[in-house]
Amino acid sequence: MTGKNSWPFKIYIMLIFAFLYLPVVVLVLFSFNESPIIGVWSGFSLRWYESLIGNRAVVSAAKNSLIVSLSATTAATFIGTTTALLMERKGGFRGKKTMDPMLYMPLMVPEVVFAISLLTVFTLVGIRLSFLTLILGHVAFITAFVIVTIRVRLAGTDRSLEEAAMDLGANEWKTFWHITFPILLPGIIGGALLGFAISLEDFVITFFTAGPGSSTLPLWIWGTLRRGISPDINALSTIMVLVSVSVVIIAQLINRKKL
Amino acid sequence: MTQHIKLAPAGTPQAGRFDWGKLFLGLPTIFWFVCLIVVPLVMTLILSFASRDAYGRIIYEWSFQNYIRFMDPLYLQILWRSFYLGLFTVIICLLIGYPLAYFIARSPKNLKPLFLMLVIAPFWINLLIRAYGWMILLRYEGIINIFLRRIGLIEEPLQLMYNDGAVLVGLVYVFLQFMVLPLFATIDKMDWTLLESAQDLGAKPFHTFRHITLPLTLPGIIGGSILTFVPAFGSFIIPRILGGSNSIMIGNIIETQIKTARNWPFASASAVILIVTALLGMLIYVKFSGRSLMGGD
Repeated sequence: MTGKNSWPFKIYIMLIFAFLYLPVVVLVLFSFNESPIIGVWSGFSLRWYESLIGNRAVVSAAKNSLIVSLSATTAATFIGTTTALLMERKGGFRGKKTMDPMLYMPLMVPEVVFAISLLTVFTLVGIRLSFLTLILGHVAFITAFVIVTIRVRLAGTDRSLEEAAMDLGANEWKTFWHITFPILLPGIIGGALLGFAISLEDFVITFFTAGPGSSTLPLWIWGTLRRGISPDINALSTIMVLVSVSVVIIAQLINRKKL
Repeated sequence: MTQHIKLAPAGTPQAGRFDWGKLFLGLPTIFWFVCLIVVPLVMTLILSFASRDAYGRIIYEWSFQNYIRFMDPLYLQILWRSFYLGLFTVIICLLIGYPLAYFIARSPKNLKPLFLMLVIAPFWINLLIRAYGWMILLRYEGIINIFLRRIGLIEEPLQLMYNDGAVLVGLVYVFLQFMVLPLFATIDKMDWTLLESAQDLGAKPFHTFRHITLPLTLPGIIGGSILTFVPAFGSFIIPRILGGSNSIMIGNIIETQIKTARNWPFASASAVILIVTALLGMLIYVKFSGRSLMGGD
């Protein structure tokens, strides 16, 4: 490695980190403020958290968020695993080369376009906007992320173990269950957690595909924001920040342990 | 891949029979890919040529009228704003992201995961919440104005929100990680001995950067730029929260046409224009950068 970092460079990097964390710190800080005026500190208090627990709209939105993200993640993980296996392990099939880059289309198409396309289809086919459309919308969006994660894992594994099992007479199913799947498991869990985190925080797809009565937490924040800022949002945001960051840390720990 | 195909049928009696496993694996993929991705996008393309009646119902008479309507200076100006805000987002993200990625790649091995985690963590926070954080800072009675008044730099609060600058700050903030991660991946993989030999041979730091570091990390720059440009260009939450009615972007046209004007065909045409412009921009960019995406990988 080359020499030490110079002082101006260090200061620049510190400023970047300050830029990254300033909004978050301010947001969290004022969720514990006594006064409802954000910007003037008047003492520590948990009153905004208490008011959240008593807010029925928030509690039901939290429940909806969990239901939607858990269902969507389950489906997306299943589809993601089979697709990754299909692309990496199952020989060739017609059109594989064309399909390969297209699998990543959802990552390249702006989310708002993707969202209104889904809305269009649901409406034209005649499915009323509901939990079902919301979950399908999330599945459509997060599956690509799951596939990427699992494929990275699959491509990085040594295939000689699988070949050895096959040579020793294990059939395809046995080979998969005893060799491929255990190797793949950290990738699957990592993909699922990634999908869950993305689904939980998704706003755009939700905004267009949710029906009446299936409001999630981001939708509640959006609705409340339009009436101006409020410490309630700070408190909820702080909880959501904690949840997302813990999910990601757990994902990291699982990955490190198994590798 | 070919080796595996040769090996499998040799030992198994099912050689030559229909591969049920392949079908089982294929069905979920087909459902997801066809029903939830291809069909919706194609439908949007088709719908962009339709029109609507006074009640917002879709009339299946095909024409280019939605595209012609978009040629109005009002909409073209919004398209142009989306484009340059996207472009500036990429440039600022590069100026912030490159030194940051370089710093992390060069830091000691045991600190690398920690720094990486510190950079990625804000990305896991809901986009709305991050935009809200900036709202608290930038608004008229916001923290920055309070602070500037307290230290006596200004007498009257500044209007920091509801302009292109605020939108730009928000876009850079929420999409920076898309730039840092690909950059980190290429800088981290870089062959550092090349840099050392260049230095040993007496090359000036700028020359080393221009002729070695920059070409070696070009795939990361291209990848990061595309990953940053597309969502920034198509964003509608950030301009809506931080830009208000002064900094409308193309994503906001789509949103209003769907949610309030109820003109789905026009919204679809705007969506098609958004995608085509983004694709064209990327193609020109990749060509201009002198390497294809695939080749750079």
